[in-house]
Amino acid sequence: MGNEETEIQTASTENENLIEIKGLHKSFNHNVILNGVDLKVKKGENVVVLGKSGAGKSVLIKCLVGLVEPDEGQVFVFGKEISTLNYKDLNETRIKIGFLFQNAALYDSMTVRENLDFPLKHHNRNLSREEREKIIIKELEDVGLKDSIDKMPSELSGGMSKRIGLARTLILKPDIMLYDEPTTGLDTATSKEISALILEMQKKNNISSIIITHDMTCAKTTADRIVMLKEGKIIAEGSYEELQHSDDEWIKSFFD
Amino acid sequence: MEAIEEQHNFKSYLKKKFTGTGDSIFFAARFFKEVFRGRFQWQEFLNQCYMIGYKSVPLIGLTGFIMGLVLTLQSRPSLAEFGAESLLPGMVSNSLVIEIGPVITALICAGNIGSRIGAELGSMKVTEQIDAMEVSAINPYKYLVVTRVLATTFMIPVLVIYTDAIGFFGGYVAMNIHSDISFFHFFSAALAKVYFTDIIPALTKSVFFGFAIGIIGCYKGYRVTGGTESVGRAANSAVVAASLAVFVIDMIAVQITDLFQKHG
Ligand SMILES: Nc1ncnc2c1ncn2[C@@H]1O[C@H](COP(=O)(O)OP(=O)(O)O)[C@@H](O)[C@H]1O
Ligand SMILES: [Mg+2]
Repeated sequence: MGNEETEIQTASTENENLIEIKGLHKSFNHNVILNGVDLKVKKGENVVVLGKSGAGKSVLIKCLVGLVEPDEGQVFVFGKEISTLNYKDLNETRIKIGFLFQNAALYDSMTVRENLDFPLKHHNRNLSREEREKIIIKELEDVGLKDSIDKMPSELSGGMSKRIGLARTLILKPDIMLYDEPTTGLDTATSKEISALILEMQKKNNISSIIITHDMTCAKTTADRIVMLKEGKIIAEGSYEELQHSDDEWIKSFFD
Repeated sequence: MEAIEEQHNFKSYLKKKFTGTGDSIFFAARFFKEVFRGRFQWQEFLNQCYMIGYKSVPLIGLTGFIMGLVLTLQSRPSLAEFGAESLLPGMVSNSLVIEIGPVITALICAGNIGSRIGAELGSMKVTEQIDAMEVSAINPYKYLVVTRVLATTFMIPVLVIYTDAIGFFGGYVAMNIHSDISFFHFFSAALAKVYFTDIIPALTKSVFFGFAIGIIGCYKGYRVTGGTESVGRAANSAVVAASLAVFVIDMIAVQITDLFQKHG
């Protein structure tokens, strides 16, 4: 009986909000970083989070995958509250969430092929080596780096690392993508390419995403909706155009 | 006012110390929980065993040879005084097997392997590779820590046997500087003085040395926060802590063996 009820509940949340954050608080050594964040992300929606460096943007998305434990508040992903899951259930949820780290976080002792193969073979034990190779090549083709398959991460440029990181994340076919500053540290042209790639992948696989950035071109390209994080709270949200014409000096400062 | 502040500082210092110790015990305890859970990573384990062997064999071999040689040369005059030169091979083999072999091997590995593991995991931590593993639903403790700790626990005793063997050979070379003794003669004299009751405690403590080196290296690496400069510090403190652990384990081991020999 109770079981049925929760199933219905899960189904209905899936139609609406894949991610729902309610009253999230987080402090590190008495430094309040997040002070009551509320945020919802619908299926297929791209939400950009803007905020100054050190505002707690990375902490926010780390709470979604259980890398950071919230002090207070609730985080629902696919209708499940993350902090209540046991390790096994948490991992089942994590498989469906892709996380692109700020510096791509490629495993530097492995080649590009092994980097992509690592999650793939862990979670798809029934696939043969040839089948996995095919998937890896296809994923690399999607990000335009098939030729780098035998390279080591140290031989890749920043932009290439980001693409490989993206390919490695997408290989598990996530429903949600979390991007931590995907274009920071890249030149303008490469930034544009990465932004376009994010949008393309989102359209192709109907992925919901949270994109953290200070790069306004990236925000403009990718955002369905922008939220602004300041002093641990979401202080404004809206489309790019709406926020651009805001009266608030602080908000406008991002768009200069 | 100042006194209160000082007291507060002291309290937070104590708290830090204790949570630090608690952390490390928890970290080590987790090993026993994870080691039996899920699929064992054979490939990574064998890879680590290979790395440990490959990195340490030349250095440990050279050290073992020199220890055997020096030990023999230095013990010779005192034994010769009593006309007991024939006891020399047995005495050398005895000290090698019981003490010198395990401790020298463990100390070199604490430096060599402890620092490598600390630096490797530390840099994986600061570049978020460990987090990346975690969010792709692969247990990094199981994949990185369990394999490395098992590899050191298994490989240190193996390396100890190797050090002992090379040390014997060093002793043989030293014997031949002063007298002519056949290879066979030396080894039968040496092995005659090595008893089963010496080998078992020596290898047992080597297992603990290996475990300590592995777990300390992993703990120091795993705990790194902040920038790349903390990686170097972690590697360094892994070496210090692992070397210290080797001496402490050695001291405990000698007490236990002593107890058994008294009563047994
Ligand atoms: N694990 C942690 N321990 C202590 N402080 C942390 C930790 N993670 C983040 N912080 C602090 O939280 C603040 C916000 O960090 P972060 O979310 O990375 O900011 P950003 O918005 O630039 O991504 C920073 O001041 C950082 O020092
Ligand atoms: Mg950040």
